[in-house]
Amino acid sequence: MTSAQAARKGIRPALPLLAPAYLWLTVAIFLPLSAMAFFSFMTDLPMAGREWSLTLKNYAAFFSTSLYLTLLWSSLRLGLEVTAWCLVIGFPAAYVLAKVLKGRAREAIFLLVILPFWSNGLVRIFSWAMVLREGGILDTALNAVLPFTVSIDLMYSYPAVIIGLVHSYVPYMVLTCYLTLQAIDDSLIEAARSLGASRRQVLRRLILPLAMPGIVAGAVLIFVPVVGSFMEPRILGGRTGTFYGTVIEDQFVAVFNWPLGAALSFILLAVVLLILAASAPILRRAQQ
Amino acid sequence: MKRSTRLLTVTALLASALTVSASAAELHVLNWKGYGADEPWAIEAFEKATGHKVVNDFFNSEQEMLTKLRTNPGLYDVVMINAAFTGQAIDENLIQPIDTSKIPNAADISAEKAQSPMLNRDGKTFGVPWVWGLTALAINDKSFDTPPTSISVMWDEARKGRVIIRDDAVEAIQFGAIASGQNINDIKDMEAVKAKLTSLMPQIRTFWSSENDWNQMVASNQIDVGTYWSGSADRAKTQFKLPVSLVIPEEGAVAWLDAFSVPVGSDNVEGAEAFINYMIDPEFYVEWVTKVGAPVSANDKALAALPEDSFNRAVMGSPEVAKRIQFQAPITDEQRESYLAVWQELKVNVK
Repeated sequence: MTSAQAARKGIRPALPLLAPAYLWLTVAIFLPLSAMAFFSFMTDLPMAGREWSLTLKNYAAFFSTSLYLTLLWSSLRLGLEVTAWCLVIGFPAAYVLAKVLKGRAREAIFLLVILPFWSNGLVRIFSWAMVLREGGILDTALNAVLPFTVSIDLMYSYPAVIIGLVHSYVPYMVLTCYLTLQAIDDSLIEAARSLGASRRQVLRRLILPLAMPGIVAGAVLIFVPVVGSFMEPRILGGRTGTFYGTVIEDQFVAVFNWPLGAALSFILLAVVLLILAASAPILRRAQQ
Repeated sequence: MKRSTRLLTVTALLASALTVSASAAELHVLNWKGYGADEPWAIEAFEKATGHKVVNDFFNSEQEMLTKLRTNPGLYDVVMINAAFTGQAIDENLIQPIDTSKIPNAADISAEKAQSPMLNRDGKTFGVPWVWGLTALAINDKSFDTPPTSISVMWDEARKGRVIIRDDAVEAIQFGAIASGQNINDIKDMEAVKAKLTSLMPQIRTFWSSENDWNQMVASNQIDVGTYWSGSADRAKTQFKLPVSLVIPEEGAVAWLDAFSVPVGSDNVEGAEAFINYMIDPEFYVEWVTKVGAPVSANDKALAALPEDSFNRAVMGSPEVAKRIQFQAPITDEQRESYLAVWQELKVNVK
């Protein structure tokens, strides 16, 4: 039997298993996305007898003012900051889960990490609103404990947006890091220690490189949606909550300029893909 | 090109098929949330009297309302439209002419509003005036010993971080026009408006988009003053018992007229006429004002049914106020886009 025959034999029985997923992807993602790509080149939507033609002006609009570039830059910065905080908070948690806790305790902590996933995003944001505002839960609690009065009013500020987003996305980092950390053989760490490596050296030369695929996967999973996020900035950010994502939302919901909204979305997609492509070699080197 | 048109047609057909399958006696109403048409007691009374079942849907901005009409043809039977936007809805063939002879209460609407060129075209009526009101200022009573009289309170250093305005380009620009002493429908000096709004930005705590946002900010004592709609301020006081008072600044305020229209493709026009008739009825209006709080009715008889010293009759109806207010005229798409550009720029530069 040649290998080609083997391959064909391998794929035919698999077809019924693959078909639903690919059919779903085609219908649910490819069609709407290509419709959106098409909209982004139109002057207007072909609705209610509106005149329309093909144009590049929606893409030109991005470059015509510094507005969108400024916004894109602040959204990318937001994405980087949130990813960094998720790493700082998520990695140690994942390490403890994978290497320190065992049995019941691990299950319990795991549940706590996953919990934010099970609550509705809007509910999470409004809960933060109650906690962060002046006279809110955090403010009241701190003043009840501390001997002096502090005024905590983080609501409607950039830190509030960061807090809300980090809370929403940190589970991704914990989960991806946990998976790679768990795969590290304990005897490797023991061997390194017995050969005289300090704890810091073990972390830097052994654990971090081996966990890198998980860190990278988590970072990508967090960075991409955060750059386009609009709900958290709008509700928690107040007057500082204008980002690239909120402007896209405005185009779709507030001014009904779908073509411009679609064009802005595809520019964002292109920029994110470029960033990922540019960082791929660096990340690959880091993994070696 | 053909493919996308076909796709849209199929979607539209599907949407209308879904609508047809719904009971014919259902009446889909599109309006702001908490704005009269969704009062439980009113719906109950209307359903009992006519047998039509009311299904409410809501929007958070005029653009969202137009979007909903465009993307759901045939779904809605009654839509509440700010008269400044009625012309656009007519142009886009979103609403149909109304036979006012089938709406008995329409005869009592003040002539100047009923015959407004914004609502009538080619001798046909496209909108039945319901209420009118102001976009003025409202204050948190707890923060003021004596209510302010000037719009400049928004720029008062002492109020820094305790001011709120609506996240709406047109409303913001028109507010800036009033603050810089200009005609809202003919803004000559946009730079002055920009300068005014730029200096306002550091004062602002956040932007509001729905009544609920505003009321919550006052309930948690986070703001002192902000732009607000007259009917909403009345509602905050009457229904929600919040310390809110309306201030009509001496510099003036933006006035708007809200009207009911019937979307093209409505399958329950008869129900729509009955609903509009009920909404402009004096009995409903008086109950709405006393129980909940409302803007000023366009129906003279409804207004006359209020007590003589009521705010909507005494203050809003006074000639002294009439001199200060400027009614909103329709805005072209170009104007709206340029307003949005200015507003977005202001919001981005705040960082």
